[in-house]
Amino acid sequence: MAGILIYAEVQKGELKKGAFEITSKAKEFGQEVSACIIGSGAEALAPELAKYGADKIYVVDGPEYENYVTEAFVQAFVQVAQQVQPAIILTSSTAQGKDFTPAIAARLQVGCFSDCVDLSLNGDKIVVKRPMYAGKAYVLAEATATPQIASIRPNSFPINENAGAGAVEKVAVSIDAAKIKTVVKSVEIAESDEPDQTEAEIIVSGGRGMKGPDGFPMIEALAKALGPGSTTGASRAAVDAGWRDHAYQVGQTGKTVSPNLYIACGISGAIQHLAGMGTSKVIVAINKDAEAPIFSKADYGVVDDLFKVVPALTEEVKKIRS
Amino acid sequence: MNTVVCMKQVPDTETLIKVNPEGTGIATEGIKWVMGPYDEFAVEEALQQKEKFKAGTVSIVSLGPDRAIEAIRTGLAMGADSAVHINDSAFYDKADPYATAAVLAAAVKNLEYDIVFLGKQAIDDDSGQVPAILAEMLGIPVITQVLKLEVEADKSKATVTREVEGGHAIIDVTLPAVLSAQKGLNEPRYASLPGIMKAKKKPVDVKTAADLGVDVGAMTVIKEMTLPPARQAGKIIEGETPEEKAANLAKALHEEAKLI
Repeated sequence: MAGILIYAEVQKGELKKGAFEITSKAKEFGQEVSACIIGSGAEALAPELAKYGADKIYVVDGPEYENYVTEAFVQAFVQVAQQVQPAIILTSSTAQGKDFTPAIAARLQVGCFSDCVDLSLNGDKIVVKRPMYAGKAYVLAEATATPQIASIRPNSFPINENAGAGAVEKVAVSIDAAKIKTVVKSVEIAESDEPDQTEAEIIVSGGRGMKGPDGFPMIEALAKALGPGSTTGASRAAVDAGWRDHAYQVGQTGKTVSPNLYIACGISGAIQHLAGMGTSKVIVAINKDAEAPIFSKADYGVVDDLFKVVPALTEEVKKIRS
Repeated sequence: MNTVVCMKQVPDTETLIKVNPEGTGIATEGIKWVMGPYDEFAVEEALQQKEKFKAGTVSIVSLGPDRAIEAIRTGLAMGADSAVHINDSAFYDKADPYATAAVLAAAVKNLEYDIVFLGKQAIDDDSGQVPAILAEMLGIPVITQVLKLEVEADKSKATVTREVEGGHAIIDVTLPAVLSAQKGLNEPRYASLPGIMKAKKKPVDVKTAADLGVDVGAMTVIKEMTLPPARQAGKIIEGETPEEKAANLAKALHEEAKLI
């Protein structure tokens, strides 16, 4: 067993950014980097991966891979992995990756690491760094079996152009349909250009200080003014009050995020919230309570009424960006 | 409708984590231990299904040291019927998701189930792997991050809504299956006082890994645990009015931080 095999995730007919990040990282180790793309129209996406370092790209293409079905994708990927015999398998810790990665590890009867933020090589062993307790602590960990499998948190590694050989091989996998016990009836994705919170570069987040659901269009407007790559989030208090869907929740029982800029509006900074956003590169807190714990973690604090500060900030941002 | 709920006792979300002197795990003194927040949704859903079908049992399976009995009793007080407590010192600190799934699977195999529920992840190690590995070991399908569940009257099938990136998917699944609960699935009930009294008399079967015939070790090893560097408080943006503060903040983000 040798080399690194990447699972390159496809969403809405395009490769996810995380696929380029892990390919770029894998290339640094000086081993052969293979990638596997599963999807309808996957073949057309292969050349893009070569740009970032994929030497060999295995493509499982067909209309039946339009929707992600755990069992079908696991069977397809495991057949590719058995052909490639990699020492290391890397995936992205996206929503799909979180479902997919432990399932392939279980099928290959090995362990895996979830949501890693760093990766190094110690001889032929990977050493992963990953958060626990939503980022209140970090561990360095190693695997005891091969292949070693790790899913990597999006935004952990830069994308570098560093071309690989890029040979494309279409793989005809045989799927045991009797083992597929699920049928996807429909997939509803909200019409939105906003990135997922875990992949966003900027997050504007609202908490109890928003006083109700009516305050949130104001932070949406600020996120929009900050440009593409920006989205909104919420604290547990705002979600538990029913003002915002759980998909927006940042914190230990929501999403762990690490954007370049996190703007906390009316969020006091409970321990479980700070755990979920504490690795943001720059934190801004807007809160009228000067004693709020969030200020002890914030790079920039504004002690004032967020209902006045946020709209004014939106206008200033528009001026700067225009 | 028979269900099994696999759950884990974890530190409360308000816990300040400290590292033990060996640097391999957390210091456990003074921690308030609770049932995993996502496991609460799993227990609640199992109870609601039993109530809907007006028949069946809800069994809890949990791996953990002596203290885990408190979280198990909480589940029984909410209304579960019985529990298996896998209490094995060889697994206290060393059980990774694979080894955990192996002992859980061995215990679950001895029970009656149409659905095995778990929380989508335990909020201590945050791996979120056990549902998929457990399903593989039981040879049944898994659907993770479940937001809604409708089981057909003959219990042969269920329609499940699961969270996907930016939305949700509706999936039909053949039972038995493993389902992992996402927040939003339901509103977990509190244990009532009579429930707490009754829970004391409900059967809890204590087992070791050897009792269950499991001889699987961990596939991963933690070498070192550290705390993230502490963040320092930065500067408070000055200004006479909220508008002036907003302008100064925008200027700082543009010129200093270079983020806008």
